[in-house]
Amino acid sequence: MCGIVGLFLKNPELDNSLGHLLTPMLVEMTERGPDSAGFAVYGPQPPQARLKYTLSGADGACDWPSLAADLEQLLETEVEYFVRANHAVFILPAQEAQLREFIAAHHPDLHITAIGSQLEIYKDTGLPAGVAARFGLDGMIGSHAIGHTRMATESGISGKHSHPFCSGRDFSLVHNGSLSNHNGVRDKLRHEGVTFDSDNDTEVAARYIAHRLGRGRSLNDALQDALMELDGFYTFAIGSADGFAVLRDSIAAKPAVLAETGDWVAMASEYRALAALPGIEQARIWEPKPATVYSWSHERMARAA
Amino acid sequence: MRTIDLDTSSVRELNAGLHGAGAAPEEWQVLHPHGKHALAVGLEAAHKVSIDGHAGYYCGGMNKEADITVKGQCGKGLGENIMSGTIRVEGNAAEAVGASGHGGLIVIEGDASSRCGISMKGVDIVVKGSVGHMSGFMAQAGNLVVCGDADDDLGDSIYEARIYVRGKTGALGADCVEKEMTPEHVTALNQILKRAGMAYGAAAFRRYGSARKLYNFDIDNAENY
Repeated sequence: MCGIVGLFLKNPELDNSLGHLLTPMLVEMTERGPDSAGFAVYGPQPPQARLKYTLSGADGACDWPSLAADLEQLLETEVEYFVRANHAVFILPAQEAQLREFIAAHHPDLHITAIGSQLEIYKDTGLPAGVAARFGLDGMIGSHAIGHTRMATESGISGKHSHPFCSGRDFSLVHNGSLSNHNGVRDKLRHEGVTFDSDNDTEVAARYIAHRLGRGRSLNDALQDALMELDGFYTFAIGSADGFAVLRDSIAAKPAVLAETGDWVAMASEYRALAALPGIEQARIWEPKPATVYSWSHERMARAA
Repeated sequence: MRTIDLDTSSVRELNAGLHGAGAAPEEWQVLHPHGKHALAVGLEAAHKVSIDGHAGYYCGGMNKEADITVKGQCGKGLGENIMSGTIRVEGNAAEAVGASGHGGLIVIEGDASSRCGISMKGVDIVVKGSVGHMSGFMAQAGNLVVCGDADDDLGDSIYEARIYVRGKTGALGADCVEKEMTPEHVTALNQILKRAGMAYGAAAFRRYGSARKLYNFDIDNAENY
């Protein structure tokens, strides 16, 4: 089953309330996905062109200070980080490949949930309300976010198997549905050198789209490619550095509802997740059409203004 | 009139109250529905129920006799398996309006999403706006009236239901064809439009139905099954 939510703020005055607005949306989707939950938040950028690396410690017992010391030695620079429950966000130089290699070799128990200049991803097993509280979602700030409540149907229940999936810098994806050809697509991507963190079907979609983006396709074109390549039932909500997109498969049997006001755009698996948003009474509410890309970006909005 | 506020009462209390209300018609008002599911389902008497806000999935399912109005939008499966009575939605409805409905009338004053009237078996559905893709899928009996446009695959695998569309249609579904509007159809459609409170005349509509080529197994179609 699963539930997905997304919130894209048009009005920057709401940025301080992003987590506060997203929390009830996520919690309202508990019945659709009570086994795990997660969210991708696009927040403030670190200085000096550094990136945020969100790391998840499998058992919650990671020695973050000693990891920070190791990283300082490796990178020969001062390292800042902050901890949220069993996750920590490290502010590091953009030496992504070197850091991935180092963590895989020296801290194989750690899982990188997100890399980006804005993106942080927090995800874990448990009821959505508990996961949101553990990570302090209510107080998070940012310009947009997507979230997921999981009822696992095709792979194990763990933090690693939870959504959102980050498959490229500032790129995140959540999925309501199931893919039927994920094994074949995963094999093809592996042959092309793509690596996977889990055997989850949604990770395949996230990596496929990121792979197409890496080939120079625009987000819109990469999503059109996904419609041709990915077989199954899906509604995707996608986050990127500047924007937010929604895509349903060509049968569109998995639910999705969109709502828009002058201040925000929101999506959810069900309307009730949107019912508490400010101004929902005046919002334009509609169901996205099948095989149609819906997207919003801050840059586009600035150009239009 | 009885009022139930879903900020303070549960959906179960609402439905139990409606079921226990007896056969004599009563007026009910439901406040703060917030898109909750299964509101006013399984009614068996001619109560008048007003849902003051947005409803979630399966609102008014299995309705008999009752007259339900949703003053907002509606989630999927509105009036699923409706037997009789009337359901009216003042906003839009999500997919599968009136799924497998046997009788009664459903009126959507906004748009309805995909698969409107899927497998309908006698219900009349009138949509003032447009309907999404695959509406009238496997529709067996009853009338689906669309005052706006119909998206692709209208009437796919349709049996003997009648579809009337006033606006444009996308690609028609498998075995669905446009059919002649005879005086009998004009009279019947005018009656439905009047019952639904729509100001349109039947003359502006086109009729669609089954080409009846998928009814029986045909070896020449084996590759399509």
